[in-house]
Amino acid sequence: MSNPLRDMEHPDVIFCIGTNMTECHPVAATRLKKAIAKGAKMIVADPREIHLAKLADLHLPIRVGSDVALLLAMAHVIAREGLIDREFMDARTADGEAFLAHVRDFTPEWASPICEIPAADIETAALWFGCGKPSAIYYTLGITEHICGVDNVQSLCNLALMTGNLGIEGGGINPMRGQNNIQGAGDCGAVPNNFPGFQPCDNPEFAAKFSEAYRTDIEAIRGITKVTALDLCGKEEGGIHAILIDGENTVVTDPDMNHCRHALQSLDHLVVIDLFLTETAQLADVVFPATGFAETDGVQTNTERRVQRLRAAVPAVGESKPDWWIVSQIAKRMGTPGFEFESAKEVFNELCSLSPIYAGLDWDRIENSEYQWPVPHKDHPGTPRLHEQEFKNGRGLFKIIGYRDPAEVIDREFPVWLTTGRRLQSYHSRTQTGRSEGIDYLLSEETLEVNPDDAKAWSLADGEFVKMASRRGEIQIKVRVTDCSPKGTVFASFSFASVPVNILTGSGYDPVTQTAELKVCPVRIAKI
Amino acid sequence: MHQVADNTRTCTMTLGGGSVNFREGETIYEVAERHRKEVPTLCYDPRLEAFGACRLCVVEVEGIRNPVASCTTKATEGMVVRTRTPVLDKHRTTLLELVASENRNTKVDSLSGYASQEFGNLLDRYPVRAGRFAGKKSGTSNTDDKNPFILRDYENCISCYRCVRVCAEQEGDHAINVMNRGFHTQIITEFNNDLRDSSCTFCGQCVATCPTGALGDKKALRAKDTPGEIKKTRSVCPYCGVGCSVDILTKGDRVVGIHPAMDGPANEGALCVKGQYAFDFVHHPDRLTKPLIKQPDGTFREAEWDEALQKAADGFLKVREKYGNHATYGIASGRAPHEAAYTMQKFIRATYGTNYIDNCSRA
Repeated sequence: MSNPLRDMEHPDVIFCIGTNMTECHPVAATRLKKAIAKGAKMIVADPREIHLAKLADLHLPIRVGSDVALLLAMAHVIAREGLIDREFMDARTADGEAFLAHVRDFTPEWASPICEIPAADIETAALWFGCGKPSAIYYTLGITEHICGVDNVQSLCNLALMTGNLGIEGGGINPMRGQNNIQGAGDCGAVPNNFPGFQPCDNPEFAAKFSEAYRTDIEAIRGITKVTALDLCGKEEGGIHAILIDGENTVVTDPDMNHCRHALQSLDHLVVIDLFLTETAQLADVVFPATGFAETDGVQTNTERRVQRLRAAVPAVGESKPDWWIVSQIAKRMGTPGFEFESAKEVFNELCSLSPIYAGLDWDRIENSEYQWPVPHKDHPGTPRLHEQEFKNGRGLFKIIGYRDPAEVIDREFPVWLTTGRRLQSYHSRTQTGRSEGIDYLLSEETLEVNPDDAKAWSLADGEFVKMASRRGEIQIKVRVTDCSPKGTVFASFSFASVPVNILTGSGYDPVTQTAELKVCPVRIAKI
Repeated sequence: MHQVADNTRTCTMTLGGGSVNFREGETIYEVAERHRKEVPTLCYDPRLEAFGACRLCVVEVEGIRNPVASCTTKATEGMVVRTRTPVLDKHRTTLLELVASENRNTKVDSLSGYASQEFGNLLDRYPVRAGRFAGKKSGTSNTDDKNPFILRDYENCISCYRCVRVCAEQEGDHAINVMNRGFHTQIITEFNNDLRDSSCTFCGQCVATCPTGALGDKKALRAKDTPGEIKKTRSVCPYCGVGCSVDILTKGDRVVGIHPAMDGPANEGALCVKGQYAFDFVHHPDRLTKPLIKQPDGTFREAEWDEALQKAADGFLKVREKYGNHATYGIASGRAPHEAAYTMQKFIRATYGTNYIDNCSRA
């Protein structure tokens, strides 16, 4: 997030797009509810009538995957009505004129049939957003899990840049991060394009820095993404033949389950570190028991870049060990230098010594969780709000974005849009929530949410099991008739192993991030 | 939480005989709290709008004939306030006797909830004769709710409405409300159904704010008879990226409950159903307790660490020997702490000299 969580209580206009916040980030959503109670207006763009949409002053039930068209048309209206922040654009941005010329063609009337919402609603959303002082953007995977995920994010940046809603209290562009330490995994350099602290791998200066620190030669070339790695599993030419997985149930959570399972099975060597013998761990040659919540001392970064301490409260179960210890032991046995760590503190302090955004931090300084990165030196108070003075790279760049259809669109064979997501009471593949007493009382099975008109047209009854197929596979799932789904679009989560929705998904990937288009998957539904 | 902007004027008042500073806009209660005057209250939660219902926080203000509720009265320049006098003590004691008159159970297990001891502590602090006003009982409501999380024992309810207010003001859910008045007051859901059938999300905030244990944490209370002291350890919730601070409650080697951290920077005392109640996985019998090695027939056998680590390392060495450095990949976790992600990326970069490392953020 560009802004701290507490800023969520201060926008004038809230624009939520592709975020089911009351279910996926419920505590953050309470702050938006407070802002609404104080008089803020909320626009929610989401195909489904989620709870957030019910709280909104304006709900835009856009067709899945049509976000870019909506955002282009909103930019068009903001420009046409003179709601741009000219001072901000002149002082802090670049390529604005080309962008303003670009959006001239994309009227709400153009976007209306693509998004399947009235042009007048797009007009209203744009006027509200453009007039908000400040207006804030919140988004989640409904923006990024598309073949145009990067385009979606950049379209949101364009909106914030043209209205000067960056670097101010109650504004900003705010992705809500999904997992407790997904921000931290990136901070720590567990990505193929960056060393720790977002220092690019393909920059020889940083490759040299880490080669020296790690006493080896690290190539100054970006690595491949997990998606590519899974595609290359078992291939003779340039193939991947061994994988070390820490704490991810890849088989259940990743798209195209059959492909993923086959990929892991074709490896010479698979090692998994986890709390449980997950579907993924079952495919491994060696499985190590890791310590988890309440057993591990460590650090994690939340969605507002706050670096927080985790503390062990009970002894580890059985012989389970912290992940860092297990990885270090394997590395040592392979003769890799630099793994003589004896505590989480030593590991974290090494990270701080190599990461400019953590340079002012160490284990003892984060005791009270008051720092939000970047913290470039010891006298720095941390950075709750990004971009207050200037952007990291100087000026905020407008990007010229065009609309593209999803990787697969509905046709006669697969005439229904499936979109996937999460539910309040379950977390991902339920390895944890599924093993906690009482959760089943609230949510005991997965269901396919179908609009009442569709249920009638397809002769489906509430509670009936149906077959749902995509180009990649077929599953059986129980129908739940609900107004939450718009006509022609159905919804399910991927949480329940008994209903492996990710057998169906995986139609395409964003060309830059290789994030899968989990939010759009044409399917057909048939009675059993 | 009632926050006073930093740019407001600093004023001075007399509090309990001493001169103190305060910011324009603060209530007498807030000033007294900051100066540790221990003004008693039952209906006050710093995160909620002041309610002024319990009247325990009354103080004497010079120039005003009757005592005033300090939680709803703003401090003003030059004000002279007394927070403890024999008259106030008598007033508070009588009020507590009235409240305690029909409350069957004032010894409440502290596993009931974060604020569950507040009422009992006040009864201990003042010379309360609990049976003094014994007699008529006020209305009770739904106690047979089968939900596994929230105990609703309204015999102990004192109608402070903190639960109703936290649900409305803090959560914005309005799942519970007040029906009837006086002795017939009830805390109910829509149509007096079970919580599951209401807009309740089981965030547990009503339980955390209840000062009497009328609302209790059923999951934590499972450990009521487990011997040992309750220990609290500050940590962070293991679920989404909001990063809510929690206090992990333990007895011996077991996690028995979770309290929201009222001073947690991300959540300021709020939690959701997962963070509040979904912690049993920690001690679940399915947890892996020893390393496992796959046997030729496809089943696993338990192994000692030394053997399993060697097997893992040998496998990676063999693949490197056969296929080179670009044949091994690392997938780090978005769930494990920094130390896990950091060593994972270092393992790949330092062992292979490649950047063949990723995490779960693409799915």
